[in-house]
Amino acid sequence: MSDELSPEMKKEMYWMMLLARRLDERAWVLHRQGKIAFHISGIGQEAAQVGAAFALQRGVDWVTPYYRDLALMLSLGYTPRHFALSLYGKREEPSSGGRQMPSHWGYKPANAVSHSAPVATQASHAAGIGLAIKLNGESKVVLSTIGEGSTSQGEWYEAVNWAAIHNLPVIFMVENNMYAISVPVAKQMAVPSAADKACGLGLDGRKVDGTDVFAVYAMMQELVAKARNGGGPSLIEARMYRITPHSSDDDDRSYRSREEVDEAKKSDPLLVGKRQLEAEGLLSEADLESMEAKAKDMVDDAIQYAEAAPYPEVAEGEYPVYAEEVRHA
Amino acid sequence: MTMREITYREAIREAMSIEMRKDTSVFLMGEDVGVFGGVWGVSEGMLGEFGAERVRDTPITEAAIIGAGLGAAMVGMRPIVEIMFGDFLMCAGDQIVNQVAKARFMSGGKANVPLVIRVTTGAPGSAAAQHSQSPESWFMNVPGIKIVCPATPADAKGLLLTALRGQDPVMFYEHKMLYGESGAVPEEDFTVPFGQAAVVREGSDVTVIAVGIMVKKALEAAEALAKEGISLEVIDPRTLVPLDRETLIRSVAKTGRVVIAHEAHERGGPGAEIAAVLASDAVEYLDGPVLRVAARNVPLPYSPVLENYVLPDAADIIKAVRSFWAQKGA
Ligand SMILES: Cc1ncc(C[n+]2csc(CCOP(=O)(O)OP(=O)(O)O)c2C)c(N)n1
Ligand SMILES: [Mg+2]
Repeated sequence: MSDELSPEMKKEMYWMMLLARRLDERAWVLHRQGKIAFHISGIGQEAAQVGAAFALQRGVDWVTPYYRDLALMLSLGYTPRHFALSLYGKREEPSSGGRQMPSHWGYKPANAVSHSAPVATQASHAAGIGLAIKLNGESKVVLSTIGEGSTSQGEWYEAVNWAAIHNLPVIFMVENNMYAISVPVAKQMAVPSAADKACGLGLDGRKVDGTDVFAVYAMMQELVAKARNGGGPSLIEARMYRITPHSSDDDDRSYRSREEVDEAKKSDPLLVGKRQLEAEGLLSEADLESMEAKAKDMVDDAIQYAEAAPYPEVAEGEYPVYAEEVRHA
Repeated sequence: MTMREITYREAIREAMSIEMRKDTSVFLMGEDVGVFGGVWGVSEGMLGEFGAERVRDTPITEAAIIGAGLGAAMVGMRPIVEIMFGDFLMCAGDQIVNQVAKARFMSGGKANVPLVIRVTTGAPGSAAAQHSQSPESWFMNVPGIKIVCPATPADAKGLLLTALRGQDPVMFYEHKMLYGESGAVPEEDFTVPFGQAAVVREGSDVTVIAVGIMVKKALEAAEALAKEGISLEVIDPRTLVPLDRETLIRSVAKTGRVVIAHEAHERGGPGAEIAAVLASDAVEYLDGPVLRVAARNVPLPYSPVLENYVLPDAADIIKAVRSFWAQKGA
């Protein structure tokens, strides 16, 4: 079914999850220290994101990510420095030069499009990119990610419907982390899984354990190959748990118990991945130590770099609203 | 009336609770308004008092939240819907503009639409272009909706009670940076009528017509300029639709100079309408240009340096006021 992953690839995937985790954890610390305005976390969702990214032709295929996709973006070549620059709103931040919020991505070398604050809008963009790929006769695919709560939006159904009608090469991946801010999944949808929505729209709907990076990879490989070969779009639900509060503005204690969160941490994708690699004899203590040390170095470097980097100039404040000079803009 | 200090957030909650106790057709729905008490904390505790049937968490579906609000309103309920960010009103754009605003007219007056859309407005700081907008004037161009912008806790309570007792749809704009502000608010049930501006501070040299959070900034400017002997009259229209033209004109007749301040972008913002009203009905009183202090016509950026550049503040009002005399001298 899936291409056999080499031991090196497996370790690389684990490394990406680990790097994303350590960078994400540091962002929480920076927020607590009052150094950054906002953080929204991908902790607990790394396996789905890395598994999906590695199944793509990275830098060739298109991605419309959503705000939790730090591990996905790192897998596509967005760097810890880029992320740190976005946290501080610095001039060199590659997505927007400090215009957009952190975790809204957009990275041209990776063919990754910026996410908007209103949720679910990226699904239509993905359908449009899929349409352009088809019209141009290219063999690329689009990965479009979203949270499960956001699949309630009419716009999401419209986009998936469109992709299904026209057999567009789009994989819609729902990262079902069981909550939309405070609202549990049962109040977001009447079906047991977001994948069940596929049958009403006429495309393939799949479920996968979103804490198992290799399972996600295997399923994504299949769906990507199908889309690339003209087999049309798919909908995949990767299920996991949002281990952190919704964002740095949220306190989750009012709507879920600590016991529930602690229980979910037992299937932390990092633990799951570590166990899998250890069982195959691919991860030694020494490997782990060196990965941790490298992650710490890269995170430290990223933060130092971003702190020292300049803010945008006030003089550029009017730009870039229009492509051309517009008087009295 | 018995006054005590409460926050803007508490005042809004108090108004909703008063009406929900009195009238079982009133209910609240929106994203995270239940156990979480709303992401802005406005409905905190209301689930406990009113139960999950009347304080309802919705899916993330602005179009359906407002559309369902309209449906329920047309059959006799009095829904309050909360939209987390004004920016997300556009996800329900058709429901607001073509449905809610038109239902009475297109039914020849048979449809009643007592729907209150509570929505946040303004920049909370580093929230960027799709979380910070002030969309009040986007809907001023749409007949059929009333537009309310409370600037103080007392007005928030009194205006919301008016909204909840009316028969027309109301967009009730709550500024995110005002939620924590305290002020004296009557403990009793009371209402503030629509279409009645407040003279927040009397003065004689320049009228500052300020909307929402800019009322606070205008008062800061007035305080600072008073030390230089410049007297500002600060007027808060409180409702943009209906607009109290008389109070605005009366003030301009007294001062002859006017600055309009709002956090919305300058072009096509509420100030454009107000300036047009003054140009047509108060031109004989004006001793200078009608000036606007507003956000620049640039989307709101995340980076604090750029955000400060785009947003208006008290210093901008002061600068505009001083320019009247600079021009005279020139
Ligand atoms: C149109 C719109 N409505 C509301 C919001 C506010 N909001 C931001 S994230 C979020 C929850 C999204 O939940 P889900 O899709 O499950 O993604 P998760 O955050 O759990 O990853 C909400 C309601 C928004 N950003 N956009
Ligand atoms: Mg979720």
